[in-house]
Amino acid sequence: MSLTVRDLTVAFDGTVAVDRVDLEVPAGSVTAVLGPSGSGKSTLLRAVAGLESPASGTIRYGDEDLARVPTHRRGFALMFQDGQLFPHQSVARNIGYPLRLRRLPSARIADRIAELLDLVGLAGFGDRTPATLSGGERQRVALARSLAVEPRMLLLDEPLSALDRGLRERLATDLHDILRRAGTTTLLVTHDHEEAFAIADRMAVMRAGRIVQSGDLAEVWAHPTDAWAARFLGYAGVLSGEQAAVLRAVIDPSGSWTEVALRRSALVVDPDGPLSGVVLAARVSPEQTRLEVDVDGLGTIAAVADPARPAAVGERVRLAVRTDRLATLPETQPSEFRHLSLE
Amino acid sequence: MARPDHALTARRLGTAALAAVPLAVLGAFFLYPVGGMIQRGFWPDGAFDPGGVLDVLTRDRVHRVLWFTVWTAGLSTILAVVLGVPTAFVLHRLRFPGQRLLRTLIVVPFVLPTVVVGVAFRQLIATSGPLGGLGLDGTPAAIVAALVFFNVSVVVRTVGAFWEGIDRRTEEAAATLGASPARVFLTVTLPALAPAVASAASVVFLFCSTSFGIVLTLGGLRYANVETEIYLLTTQELDLTSAAALSVLQIVVVTGLLVALHRARRTAPPLARAGESGRSPRLRDLPLVGWTVVVVALLMTPLLSLLVSSLRTDGGWSLANYRALQGTGADNALLDTATHALQRSFEVAVQAAGLALVLGTIVAFLVSRRPRSAGVRRLSATFDGVFMLPLGVSAVTLGFGFLITLNRPPLDLRTSSLLVPIAQAMVALPLVVRTVAPVLSSIDPRQREAAASLGAGPARVLLAVDLPHAWRALAAAAGFAFAVSLGEFGATSFLARDDTPTMPVVIYQLISHPGSANFGMATAAAVVLAAATGAVMLVVERLRVGSVGAF
Amino acid sequence: MRTPIKKFIAASAAVTIAAALAGCGSDEPKADRPESKTITLATHDSWNMDKKVLADFTEQTGITVKLQAHGDAGALTNKLVLTKDDPLADGVFGIDNTFATRAIDEGVLAKYTPMVLPGSVKSFALTGDDAGYLTPIDYGDVCINVDDTWFAAKKLAPPKTFDDLADPRYKNLLVVPGATSSSPGLAFLLATIGTYGDDWKDYWSDLLDNGVKIDAGWSDAYEVDFTAGGGKGDRPIVLSYSSSPPFTVPEGGDEPTTSALLDTCFRQVEYAGVLAGAKNPKNMQKFIDFMTTREFQAALPDNMYVYPVDTTTPLPEGWDTWAPTAPKPVVVPASEITEKRADWLREWRDLTTR
Repeated sequence: MSLTVRDLTVAFDGTVAVDRVDLEVPAGSVTAVLGPSGSGKSTLLRAVAGLESPASGTIRYGDEDLARVPTHRRGFALMFQDGQLFPHQSVARNIGYPLRLRRLPSARIADRIAELLDLVGLAGFGDRTPATLSGGERQRVALARSLAVEPRMLLLDEPLSALDRGLRERLATDLHDILRRAGTTTLLVTHDHEEAFAIADRMAVMRAGRIVQSGDLAEVWAHPTDAWAARFLGYAGVLSGEQAAVLRAVIDPSGSWTEVALRRSALVVDPDGPLSGVVLAARVSPEQTRLEVDVDGLGTIAAVADPARPAAVGERVRLAVRTDRLATLPETQPSEFRHLSLE
Repeated sequence: MARPDHALTARRLGTAALAAVPLAVLGAFFLYPVGGMIQRGFWPDGAFDPGGVLDVLTRDRVHRVLWFTVWTAGLSTILAVVLGVPTAFVLHRLRFPGQRLLRTLIVVPFVLPTVVVGVAFRQLIATSGPLGGLGLDGTPAAIVAALVFFNVSVVVRTVGAFWEGIDRRTEEAAATLGASPARVFLTVTLPALAPAVASAASVVFLFCSTSFGIVLTLGGLRYANVETEIYLLTTQELDLTSAAALSVLQIVVVTGLLVALHRARRTAPPLARAGESGRSPRLRDLPLVGWTVVVVALLMTPLLSLLVSSLRTDGGWSLANYRALQGTGADNALLDTATHALQRSFEVAVQAAGLALVLGTIVAFLVSRRPRSAGVRRLSATFDGVFMLPLGVSAVTLGFGFLITLNRPPLDLRTSSLLVPIAQAMVALPLVVRTVAPVLSSIDPRQREAAASLGAGPARVLLAVDLPHAWRALAAAAGFAFAVSLGEFGATSFLARDDTPTMPVVIYQLISHPGSANFGMATAAAVVLAAATGAVMLVVERLRVGSVGAF
Repeated sequence: MRTPIKKFIAASAAVTIAAALAGCGSDEPKADRPESKTITLATHDSWNMDKKVLADFTEQTGITVKLQAHGDAGALTNKLVLTKDDPLADGVFGIDNTFATRAIDEGVLAKYTPMVLPGSVKSFALTGDDAGYLTPIDYGDVCINVDDTWFAAKKLAPPKTFDDLADPRYKNLLVVPGATSSSPGLAFLLATIGTYGDDWKDYWSDLLDNGVKIDAGWSDAYEVDFTAGGGKGDRPIVLSYSSSPPFTVPEGGDEPTTSALLDTCFRQVEYAGVLAGAKNPKNMQKFIDFMTTREFQAALPDNMYVYPVDTTTPLPEGWDTWAPTAPKPVVVPASEITEKRADWLREWRDLTTR
């Protein structure tokens, strides 16, 4: 069954943290709410968990209104950034905790713990205490604990933020696979678009307490709703006005858009390219050379080059535009801008 | 489109119902009796007459009493801080064998009955005593010394517990930037400790300015503070208007101190688990270790002198005074044997500690929540402060208040044998709250949320999250309350008592009867009581709860 | 007559507690009820009586006495005054002649005088208590005590009179409990007032100049500062009782090492009475009767170190020789004490407190 949030507002002492939010988490999906810190995304998650009381609006699971259902009866397992394992219990006891709450026979509990440890790749870790685990291992245990009772829904609060980069990437892939295998409906909040892309298949972008955009991952990615959303989703730059017009003349003369978001790899060094500019900075990485180029008519903008064909600083280069690496933005409402500037 | 939120309302109602329990007990056994006495003062003949009260505050004598109260308490506070802060470093920041014993010894004075300390001190500083040459007897210096004796442990425990929680790496960072140890202390450590020092100083000032037994015993009658003045006005002169004026003044000042205390505590860092951050002493710690040795020696001297005199009978060493505890004293100075009194003391202390623990835990539980709303936070702080009030309100006012207010059903308890444990529980309650609350606040609220989201109901959350974290603190608080109740004399002595007295009362009765046998027996009884409280505190210390005796 | 604050406090306490307990507090008419066989006696902390004596009373009358200690005589009296509308006990023992008139004036007591009284009792009756509220039970003389051994060793003649105490020969030798915090201390102040009249303040200035030490209570003075007390102090002159010397007979010796100065005594008489509004007045009266009988009177010296008001009662061994009573104690009329006590204490305090 799916989770439906309608017109939800949560306020603390008159400060509105979640502002008339609508959100749909379809059954079986992994939905990420992406937003910067202070956007209200954690509050939204906590309201869904039943840890915050809404000022107005409804949260439904299927047909069931959750307003009067306390946290422990919702069947939504919440997993925190730092796991929040019980430090005085072993790994196995932590995972078995929700099972013991349901008074399952101990043999079944033991089986289930082994199964879950297997699922998260920690077979044989049952007797360890949380203090002896690494950050990533702790998160896996927390995940296993959350999945133990097959929750109706899994709520993840920045599940990977506390981990270092390499671990984060590995665990993100694992998490993606584990969630698909378990088939659990999941709501995830994060400020990291890479984390969202790695784990989720649906996404909502949240800003200043409001959901500004939502939909399938690819769809949101392909059509950021405005310049702010584009930057937050990981686009390297946004062109508007004169500059947008220069680019439009090159790639889409018949188009009428006035604003465009470019990914880092949207401009690529190509001797036959239509644009020209002077290289301001270059940084070599194994797969590509990242450049900063002062492009005629467009200003300073990111570009890439094949490491086999390095571009030296000060050199004038020609650039091609890869249209699959940019997104045109819809006409922005002036009022929306005013709203933004208030942030 | 706002609709009533039932879950929220239910939770608020639950919290309110929980808060009502300790509030009701405090209201019935503290606020109501004290209010009753003050009311008698403001309405002398049934008619409101605030003029009489204001008049009292303009008297010369009252000004002298106030000034004496302020300067002795102020000086004692400064001395306790000066003696206590280096000791806190040695006992809480270093690690060495025997440390736990020293920590225990430091707390013993705090839980000793004032009647024991008074006699022990008098013996020591009387012109004929071991320290007679100092000429302290009957001077304010003796009062200040005794107040410091009682309160050094508050500074050591409060500052020590806080010091353990400070990250050593900040100091190390300063050192790598070229700061000398002294400079590190002045620029990094001291500013970080300031809230704890301020907090300890406010509490010590509170205890010193409301001290009763010490000032009465050691001040002779030449010196009086607000508390002894209230006692004299009430018990000797029946001048309730003056007593009420001073009581109100006391409550106002105490409330002010509690607000200051709350401010100081607000910046407290999360509590560290006791004893995890120590390092071995180095050569340059020597002066501080020496300082600590001196402080401990100073604290132990009166107790040792008491021990020595308890072991002497007719010029020789013997255990006769201890054997005498099984009897009723020379010439039947007691109605019952001292051993029975000790038994009775234990019973009362168990009841008092039980009550204080239940109520204190509820209060600690409520004030350790971290509400989002500023209004609720203020409410919670007020709630916290109200339960600290018994620390600073005259025991005489409370004792007499019991008599005039608890006289009709369902509170017809004036002469009930439950009254003594209840009164002692009121005294121990703030100590329980201050022991348990920091530990409960140090629990990450998300632990509870994680448990709830896994399907644990509120009771299961307590069991799975709060209890494993807090059981040591609960046990330590119970032990602390027990020790405090064992030695409680002030409030107990103003209540109507049945014929089985507690140990401190017995000691008082013994020293009130002539004959050296009775006096020797009193010293033996005092040593037994001190040893019992010391043993309890040793067990408490083993639980390693940093917040015991800290504020 | 309930004032708003009291109403408010009472209401809040009642709402919180009473809700749970739901006790109904209708006052039953006292007269119709049969009296309880257990009576409660309010007394001071120095009460001490052989359990056998009390058991005999129970055997004779079927009445059990429950004791209630209330601090010193002052605290005891003041607590009774504060609770007079709803008394704590059935009777009181231990109000002395320095507080007695306050208790009577405040209406704490019910009239009662035993039918049969030993002849000597009359001479101890409270002046001004013509209506008969209080029955004298025992008395003691508060006198200056001296450590004879100390004076013999110093080859100094011990003092004899109040004037001697201000004599520079006895500088820094006297210790007394304070008048505001101790009932023997108050007795000593009254003795000086009775002796010097309006000049008492000058006498006290002399005492202070002569280094008198003022302690809070009797036990501080006697047990800590007195040379012959428990703590072996350094002052050989102390305020105590005329009955104190027998307690200083050393083990194996047959003579006390201290004596009382009988020219410096103030007589404290302790009274018993039935409380007004008591629940068991009749049974309490029986106990007051009992307190004047030979058995109870004879037990007083050993248990409370006081003299029985029935002067025909035989005294314990040694008391006749070593603990004689003052032939002419200093007298201050009880009514004058009541009238001027507060002023005297205030003046005394201002004189002695810095």
